[in-house]
Amino acid sequence: MPIDDSVKGTRLPSVTMTLEAGRLASFAGATGQPDPVYRDPLAARNAGLPGLPVPPTFLFAIELEQPDPFAWLTGLGVDLRWVLHGEQAFTYHAMAYSGNTLVASPQIADVYRKKGGALQFVVKRTAVTHVDGSPVADLDSVIVVREPEVTS
Amino acid sequence: MSVLSEVRVGTELPPLRLPAISRTTLALFAGASGDHNPIHIDLDVARSAGLDDVFAHGMLSMAYLGGLLTGWAPQERIRSLRVRFAAVTPVHGEPTCTGRVVALAGTVATVELAVTLADGTVTLTGEATVDLAPES
Repeated sequence: MPIDDSVKGTRLPSVTMTLEAGRLASFAGATGQPDPVYRDPLAARNAGLPGLPVPPTFLFAIELEQPDPFAWLTGLGVDLRWVLHGEQAFTYHAMAYSGNTLVASPQIADVYRKKGGALQFVVKRTAVTHVDGSPVADLDSVIVVREPEVTS
Repeated sequence: MSVLSEVRVGTELPPLRLPAISRTTLALFAGASGDHNPIHIDLDVARSAGLDDVFAHGMLSMAYLGGLLTGWAPQERIRSLRVRFAAVTPVHGEPTCTGRVVALAGTVATVELAVTLADGTVTLTGEATVDLAPES
């Protein structure tokens, strides 16, 4: 079913995460991060860092902490069986480290169609900040929704 | 680490070769990232969706590109990272990450990125911008 254009600009619930060193180390380990400063607090300290650095893409995990992280999509009437993650972008403003608390504030930035409506696109923009509001990164996700009934 | 004086258009980043993606890899990534979508970790769900097997999270491969970049420049110099997910990565796929400098504007390098499997399939394409200015 078509996603209504009026959802553009909708603010979605914010999610707060305190960055736990063990969680960051697990992410670095699971993603084959070669540099030991991402997993070993002693290596990070020896490198003069205030904690384990947050790996470049870990920031997308903050929103996944919600009990049902895709409720915002199903709330638009989207059938998750036809959803693809089309594009992902990060624009970085500042570093974050274990011990920091970050806030992810997502918003539906755009909705558009291609191929006569057979493909619908939802752009979600998420501002990630420290708790004092200072910016860490902005994330853009492009979600592609296939409409199996529409012949292109 | 890269040094600005050594970087020019055409510079290739040292490739990052990852081991074959196992079911364990996918389970660990699901746990560490919080992306528990069962299409990536549950064979029964993959079968019910008409697939032969589970496939890897796209964000696992994007994280690999993060490792390619942090192996080349300190993370605080990465200004942006953007990818398009071009193809599915099957379980057991063997990814290699590559990057090439395609533009240099002052001290900011634009790096064209790709993740390619052993069979030649390109699964992710993208680019990053990295500020190579020495610390002031």
